[in-house]
Amino acid sequence: MSEFVQYLISGLAVGCGFALLGSGLVTIHRVTRVVNFAQGMFAVVAGLTAGSLLSAGLPHGVAEIVAVLAAGATGLLVGIAAIGRRGTSPQSALIITLGIGFLAYAIEIMIWGDNPHSFPGLGGAVDIAGAHLQKQYFLVIGAAALGFAALGLFFTRTYLGKALGACASNPYAARAVGINVTRMGLVAFTLGGMLGGVAGVLVTPLQSLSYNSDVLLITNGFAAAILGGLNRLGPAMLGGLALGVAESMVAGYYKASYQSVVALALMLAVMIWRASQHTALHEEAAR
Amino acid sequence: MSPSETARDVASPAGAQDSAPAERPVITVEDVVIRYGTATAVDRVGLTVAAGETVALIGPNGAGKSSLVNAIMGLIRPAAGSVRVHGRAALVPEGRQLFPELDVEDNLRLGAWPLRSQGAKARDTTRVYEVLPDLADLRRRRAGTLSGGQQQMVAFGRALMADPEVLVVDELSLGLAPLITAALADHLRELNAARGLAVLLIEQNARLALDLCTRAYVLEAGRIRIEGPSRQLADSAEVAAAYLGGAAEPPGPEGDDG
Repeated sequence: MSEFVQYLISGLAVGCGFALLGSGLVTIHRVTRVVNFAQGMFAVVAGLTAGSLLSAGLPHGVAEIVAVLAAGATGLLVGIAAIGRRGTSPQSALIITLGIGFLAYAIEIMIWGDNPHSFPGLGGAVDIAGAHLQKQYFLVIGAAALGFAALGLFFTRTYLGKALGACASNPYAARAVGINVTRMGLVAFTLGGMLGGVAGVLVTPLQSLSYNSDVLLITNGFAAAILGGLNRLGPAMLGGLALGVAESMVAGYYKASYQSVVALALMLAVMIWRASQHTALHEEAAR
Repeated sequence: MSPSETARDVASPAGAQDSAPAERPVITVEDVVIRYGTATAVDRVGLTVAAGETVALIGPNGAGKSSLVNAIMGLIRPAAGSVRVHGRAALVPEGRQLFPELDVEDNLRLGAWPLRSQGAKARDTTRVYEVLPDLADLRRRRAGTLSGGQQQMVAFGRALMADPEVLVVDELSLGLAPLITAALADHLRELNAARGLAVLLIEQNARLALDLCTRAYVLEAGRIRIEGPSRQLADSAEVAAAYLGGAAEPPGPEGDDG
């Protein structure tokens, strides 16, 4: 029982990171139709930046917020490169984000080296149901919940959020009412960068990050995002949490080396299922 | 009548005929050329809409009407020529083009996007519900679930939210039942008469367009072929043969389906 609680809470905490990354992917894809392969990089940039700022003497809170803003700025830069030029197709933009991801490796190694970095989070632990749980887990879960709530309010309550939704819903109509769809795409990239950044600063104290940690993060984030067809935030969040818990269980009860297989298997299953749905729909339409 | 109007008359070019626009223009299109690759969709077209005026742009499918609309709205850049909009133009796009997942209220609010610097008051939708009261009952319905006529009404309301000087209506009647078209046409007349809202109506139903507007242009194969007061166009044998389905007849009090 104590083991189960341990795996559940630690899985939820890690899953929050996946969910945040997945939401970033969805936020960008809805507005721009671009699958952003540089999404994991945002988390790495934020995690490493926060670590550097903390060792430079900045207090907790400030360092993390600055790191998230830095990830947002990185998101904006990636967005400018990917969709800034008129007439770039989403497919070309995808390749650009993939390229930027690799370019970022070089820059990250130049700044931070190629060793894994971490920084201490919230110290201490609590005992619940016999399980010894780091307080950082609860900080991560709480902060992520706040982040999701803020994101939900942003999309459903604010005018800018509605305008982003409008671009997702009907880009032509958005332009017809005077919304600059490219600029909204850049807003989405910035937001996606910040979401990735939040994931990075929350997860780094749990598991150290290095320049190439983005692969594992994007794999899990993508698996979460694809549950909602890359267009729906709710399924991406729930998918991320479920994935975190499932991987934690696999690692705990079986073998840690099998945990990323869970994400890949889920991703494949969802994609095959969706592809079959699509084929069925097309066949239906062709009749 | 008022002193200010007299002053404006003095400032306008002398010797203008009574049919020509003496008011300041809200849309001026000069020598516009629009190309898609090597195909020329619009070839040196000129067009003006004066403040408070109702102008029709008629012509067959593929004449370049929608290209011209997109250029006027700044959605495409012409290869040559100039488009000037004085004040604000708002578009009622062809095929409604709503945000189907959003409710009517949000669709309307987004119409006020050009006024976003003016704060929340500019997004107040009550002014549209006053003009189009049928929409008030639908405000929480998702736009995608509405009928064609209701959607066209939302598209109108959304355009009005921008407080435009000129409303550009791309295909008012397309896909709508005649009764619904007639009701929307009445709304347009009312908005024009009550608020002095200028209208540029792009329409395949030439009878409806000539009936609704005081002046008209006929666009064919990318060029303006005929222009003039609607009454004159309706009487012309050329227009009658091509667009009104037969010989010219005096415009009746109500448009029938001829």
